Formats: sequence, structure tokens, C-alpha cells
Amino acid sequence: MHDEFLMGNEAIALGALAAGVNVVCGYPGTPSTEVLETVARRRGDRVYVEWSVNEKTAMEIAGGAAYAGARALVTMKQMGLNVASDPLMCLEYIGVKGGLVVLVADDPGPISSQTEQDTRFFAAFSKVPVLDPSSAEEAYRMVQEAFDLSEEYVTPVFLRPTTRVSHGYASLQVKDPGEYTVHEPEGFVKDSARWVIFPRLSFANHRKIEERNVRLQDVFSASPLNRIEPEDDACPCARKGIATGGFSYTYVMEAREQLGRLRTLKVSTPFPFPEKRAVEFLSGLDEVLCVEELDPVIERQLIYVCGKYGLTTRILGKMTGHMPLSGENSRDSVLSAIASFMNVPLPAASEEASDPPPALPVRPPVLCAGCPHRASFYAVKQAMKGRKTIFCGDIGCYTLGNAMPLDMVDTCLCMGAGLGIAQGINHLEKDRSCFAFVGDSTFFASALPGVVNAVYNQAEFTLIVLDNSTTAMTGHQPHPGTGRTMMGDVVEKVSIANVLRGIGVTAVETVDPLNYQAAVEVVRRTADLPGVKAIIFRSPCVALFRSASRVTIDPARCVGCKKCIREIGCPALSIRDGKAVADPAQCNGCTLCAQLCPTGAITGGEPHA
Amino acid sequence: MRKNIILCGVGGQGTVLASRLISAAAMARQIPVMSAETIGMAQRGGSVFSHLRMGENLFSPMIARGEADLILAFEPGEAVRMLPYLKKDGQMIVSSRPVMPVTASLAGNVYRAEDMLDYLRAHVSRLLIVDAEKALREVGSPKVLNLILLGAALKCGALGLEEADLKEAIRRQIPEKFHELNFRALAYE
Ligand code: SF4
Ligand code: SF4
Repeated sequence: MHDEFLMGNEAIALGALAAGVNVVCGYPGTPSTEVLETVARRRGDRVYVEWSVNEKTAMEIAGGAAYAGARALVTMKQMGLNVASDPLMCLEYIGVKGGLVVLVADDPGPISSQTEQDTRFFAAFSKVPVLDPSSAEEAYRMVQEAFDLSEEYVTPVFLRPTTRVSHGYASLQVKDPGEYTVHEPEGFVKDSARWVIFPRLSFANHRKIEERNVRLQDVFSASPLNRIEPEDDACPCARKGIATGGFSYTYVMEAREQLGRLRTLKVSTPFPFPEKRAVEFLSGLDEVLCVEELDPVIERQLIYVCGKYGLTTRILGKMTGHMPLSGENSRDSVLSAIASFMNVPLPAASEEASDPPPALPVRPPVLCAGCPHRASFYAVKQAMKGRKTIFCGDIGCYTLGNAMPLDMVDTCLCMGAGLGIAQGINHLEKDRSCFAFVGDSTFFASALPGVVNAVYNQAEFTLIVLDNSTTAMTGHQPHPGTGRTMMGDVVEKVSIANVLRGIGVTAVETVDPLNYQAAVEVVRRTADLPGVKAIIFRSPCVALFRSASRVTIDPARCVGCKKCIREIGCPALSIRDGKAVADPAQCNGCTLCAQLCPTGAITGGEPHA
Repeated sequence: MRKNIILCGVGGQGTVLASRLISAAAMARQIPVMSAETIGMAQRGGSVFSHLRMGENLFSPMIARGEADLILAFEPGEAVRMLPYLKKDGQMIVSSRPVMPVTASLAGNVYRAEDMLDYLRAHVSRLLIVDAEKALREVGSPKVLNLILLGAALKCGALGLEEADLKEAIRRQIPEKFHELNFRALAYE
């Protein structure tokens, strides 16, 4: 064993390696991404790791490996679970041979997601057991337990951290590689009665699954995973208790130190729910406050337990208006909720300042200085000026093209949806010029069926592929178009242009968006062609391939018209004493601003024309 | 020893690395550390923070209002935003240089760093304002604000760590070609 300072996601990766995981796959998504990256960095040569093209594929690969007796880990964010739900729902009915752990990171807030869906509910729906860690340390242990559970009960098992667990850091003790379990997969054994899903098999297995999950309730009730932190005898509210789980547990424990210790139930297996442990916790309590994020999962379960066992404890939480219905909890929000539940005053924090602070700047996230997406959006905007248009966006850094002054994202729904939405609108409004913007990684993950559909069903729209040779938003992962794999191999790149032509898109143009004139011309020439046409804007992400060059703005020639700032909103540009200046710490020398400046005041940077 | 430290600023300013260095230095002294920070979309120019806690018997890496012993603010507006977290007699170290959001430049409602600093002067008894413009110029790189602020925190004793601890952390966390520059920034006064 040795000490390391680890992010929750890194701890999960090391836990999986310690458990002898053989295959790890997934698709990037905040806050889950670092798990797989850490496996790739720290694996021995016995472990196979890949970024799969999307979560559904990843789930199937992990399933296949588990059929062959391997220990497999598949990673994704909660949105990705929607994509992977088809194979997962069925896998639960078929079962596994080697342990299969499904890591799904939830995102209360939401901080970087489209929804606040709760994987604990998904667990109950799919009948897959779920472990819900409160800290990096717990996550490290739980992932190892999850593999054992999966093999013992022949089922996939969820591990569900939330953002603060995944991205929190702690110093913790982990095993040395020499202490790792070695898991030798037996290999796939043919048995069509086991591995081929037919209605009859599903019927038989459904019953077994339900019975097993009832058994698991008892197993989990007896497990230290679900524990009762006792009340202090001195505590003034002896007949009140708190039920919690996940990261909120850490807030509750801090509040206990400050306000007095109420009896506290920590639920680490929200499904199957540890009923007997809950009954033990509830006995003698008049009121329980449930402190959890996302959906009221523990709260509903406790209400159910009270009904089932004839208990009269009042269960308070989100459904009774005692806790907020959406968003993240915080140290302060939990402290004040518990204080008012206990009827005690809040400990004095800092004094509220009597005079209000000056108005604080709002800081919406923006595309990086020099980001090629800015140039792509701007070229399309200029080329289509005055026309009736719709710009359907997608998921990635380029969603930020919605911000002023670009204002180039009219819709955004989920991965790959922009193509479908553009087609839907096109069938209704033939006079509107419809555009769908998709990033290169998203293109491979979920845009292909949309292109095939459009070609087949004779839709008319322009597909814009923003190809920056990486998955930028989640921290730069490779994908099929980059020609690099997580095993460290350099492979043939899958060509986006060839894929599009193969599907039957006849007009496919590729252009460097940072060459402003050329980019605008390509858009003008292409957008009015009939049918489905595609423009690939190719230029690497500046956060990945940082350029050392910058522009300088000659104050003698700058007339202060602010055109550069008004038109493209690059964060490196600002006005000082009436003249534009480019911040050398941010500028990447993309020269987009220089190409717009009417007086030629901006020089330097990397030439693109 | 127990210490709660908040680092705050704007995405891209290097708060994460600074927090990583403090943690590594504390770990090397066998002090348990926990931290939490902004990762993801907000890193693209949004407000970012790191909460960092050192000491025994901590449950949560998050710091509550009025609990921070030290706030290391990379930007005056962000310093004001985080002020409610500062302990009554807590130390605040703030860079004087504002980072204007593009939206403010566009709308023409840029704020004045001086207003923010004045507000801090009126409300923080232990305030240290670092003239970032001057410091960066003298150290000779626009990208080492994080080390300059860490250096300031060291010198006023607010970190509970020694310069040698941080230097060792730099050696282990940062590529060698940057060591000289980083040491210089750390030692700047
Ligand atoms: S990370 Fe890359 S793709 Fe994302 S905004 Fe920055 S330059 Fe653009
Ligand atoms: S060249 Fe102009 S547009 Fe490009 S990054 Fe520098 S300031 Fe921004």
C-alpha cells in the first residue's frame, strides 16, 4: 500500500485495476472521463482499454468481455447511460460471467449536462444494483466490491459517483501494482440457452432477477455499506434522524459536528434498498429529514418502508418542501436545512456586510481565444446574412457558439440531435436554409444514422462538421478520426469526407475556417445546392495545439471602431483607452480579427490565407 | 493543523495547478488533504474555484461560508464573489488585474478593478493586494500569476507551508524547463 493524492475518478480507476479488471471501455463525458484516462495511464499490459465510438458500443464491448469471463468496466456520464440503455436493459436479463461494473457519473446542478437525471432511479428501473459512494476513498473500495457482487449475483452493477465525488481530491491509501488481484478470464463457452435472449428466457430470468433483488435487500441491510451513525445522548432532538447518501453524506457529517449529532442513516445501496437496516434506523424516530441530490430516491423508499412495516415516522425531504427540488446541495444549504429541522439557530458565519458589493461580472463560458469554431460560425453567419435560416447546434465546445456576438446556435438538444432537428424543420419550411453543426467526435458517436436518414428521405440541409481533431470539451480524447487509440497505437484515420461520400452526400467540401474569405465562399457556394451537402471546417483545437504566435494591434492605426470585438467576441480582445488590445496571455494568433480589421491595424500571428 | 483555503479566478488562469502544488506540498508533510474544484465547461473563461482543506477528521472537501482561513484570488471581481467564505480574521491575497468578460466589453459595462479593491479594503482586515501587472512584467512571463500569488501567500505565512515544500512540489509536478521561471515567480516580492 502507498499514499496518493487522487481525484475520485482516479481512485475508481486504481480500484478497478486492483480488482484485476481486464477490459475497460467508455465514451468521454464530464464528470466521468478521467476514470478511463487513468486506467490507460496506469494499466499494466494485461488490461485492454479503449474509447469506444459511443456508450452503446462501449456497453456491448464490456458485455462481450464479461460473457467471456473477463472483469469489465464501462464508463460514461449519466446522459451516456441513455444511449447505452438498450444493451444494458437486456444484459440485466442475460446476466454476466465475469464481473461487469457500469460506472455512471451523475451531475447535480447540473454543472455540465443537459439533465439532472438520477441513475439511482435508473437502477431500480433496469433492476441493476447500484453503489453510491460519498468520497474518493469509498469509491476506491466500492468498485472492488462491485466486481465481487457482479460475479456472485451474475448481474451488471452500477457504481454511481456524482460530480463532487468524481472530481474531488483526497489523499488516500491504495494498493501497489504487486498487490493487485490477477483475474484470468476463462473464455467464452458456447451455450445458446444462456446467451441468446428469447421471450421464454426473459420470462424465466425476470423472476429470478426479482427474487435475487429481494435477497440483495437483506444482504445490503447486513452490510456495513449501509450504516447507522448513532445519535449523541446529549443531542436535544433524540427523536429526529437524518437519512442521506452520496456526496451529501459529507455535508451531513460536517453539520453533525456543528449542530449536534442526530441519528443518521447512510444509504450506499439505494437499489436494492436495505429495508431492514432502514427499519432499525426508523425505530423510535418521529421525524426523518432526507438529504440527497437529484431525485428523492431515499425519501420515497423510506415512505414505502413506513407503509410496509406500519411505522408512523414522518419522512421529510424534497416532496414535503423541506429540501430543494433541483440543483446541488452545499455545506451551507444542508447546514441550514438541518438547523431548521432541529429547531436550533445557525452558528454565526461571517457577518453579512452591510453595504452590498459592487455589481459582479457575469462570466458565461466562451470559446477559447483563437478557437477555430469561432471562425467557422462567423463564416457561416456572414455567408448567410439576410437569409431565412436555422442553425441547429449540438453537444461540445461548439455549443458555446450560442453566445453573443456570434449567436449561432438556435437549438441544442442531445448528442447528434441537430441533424434530426434540421431535417424536421426542413420538411415543414422549405424556404428556410437549414444547417446542422456537429463536432468530429459527435459525428462518429451519433450523427451517422442522421446523415443516412437525410440522404434516404430526401431532406435538404447543410451539414457543418467542425473537425478540430479531438474531443475538446471533455479534455481532448482521441476518436476514430484522429488515428490514435488508447492502447497507444497509430491507426488508419477514419475519413469524415469519405464516410459522407460513401453514404451518398455528393457535395463535400473541406476548408480551413481561419482563412476567412475562402470559408465564406465555400459556404455561399455550397448552401444552395440541392439535397444534403456537407462542409468540413478543419482546424485543430487551440487548447490542444497551442500556438506561440500572437497578433499585435498598432494603436496608431486602430481607429477604435471595435469591429473586431463586436463581430467575433474573442476573449483576448478588449478596449483600453479607446483602442483595441490583444491580451498576449490569451491570444493564439489565429488572425481572424486581423482579417476583419478595416484599417489593417492588426498584424502578426499565423498566416492562414 | 487545520486549514481551509479557497483559490478563485477565471478559467485558464492556473488556479488548478496552484491548488495541486499546495496539496502536494502538504501531502509531503503527511498532512491529510482534500480538495474540490471546477472542471468542465466553466473552465472556458467562467468563474472557477478550488476548495482545499488540510487537517485531520474532515468529512467534506467543500468549505462553508465564513470558514476560509485564506482566499487566494486571481482576479479582483472573483475575490469579491468569494468574500462570504472568508473567516472573520482570514487572510485574503488578491491580484489587482481584472479579467474582463467579453460580454462586458461588448455591452460596454466594464467594471473597475479599483471599485472591487476598495470594497475589499473596507471589508477585509488582512488584505494583501498584489500588483500583478508589475509582477508579471518583472518576472518576465504573462503565465505565472499562480506562482506569484503562491509566493505571496508563503511570505505572509498563510499557507502553513515552507518555500522548500512548494519548490519540491514544483519539481515533481511541473516539467523541468519551467522550474527556473516558476522558482523566480515564487520568490518574487
Ligand atoms: S478547447 Fe478547443 S474546441 Fe474548445 S473552445 Fe477551446 S479551442 Fe475551441
Ligand atoms: S488573433 Fe485575434 S481573434 Fe485570434 S486569438 Fe488573437 S486576438 Fe483572438
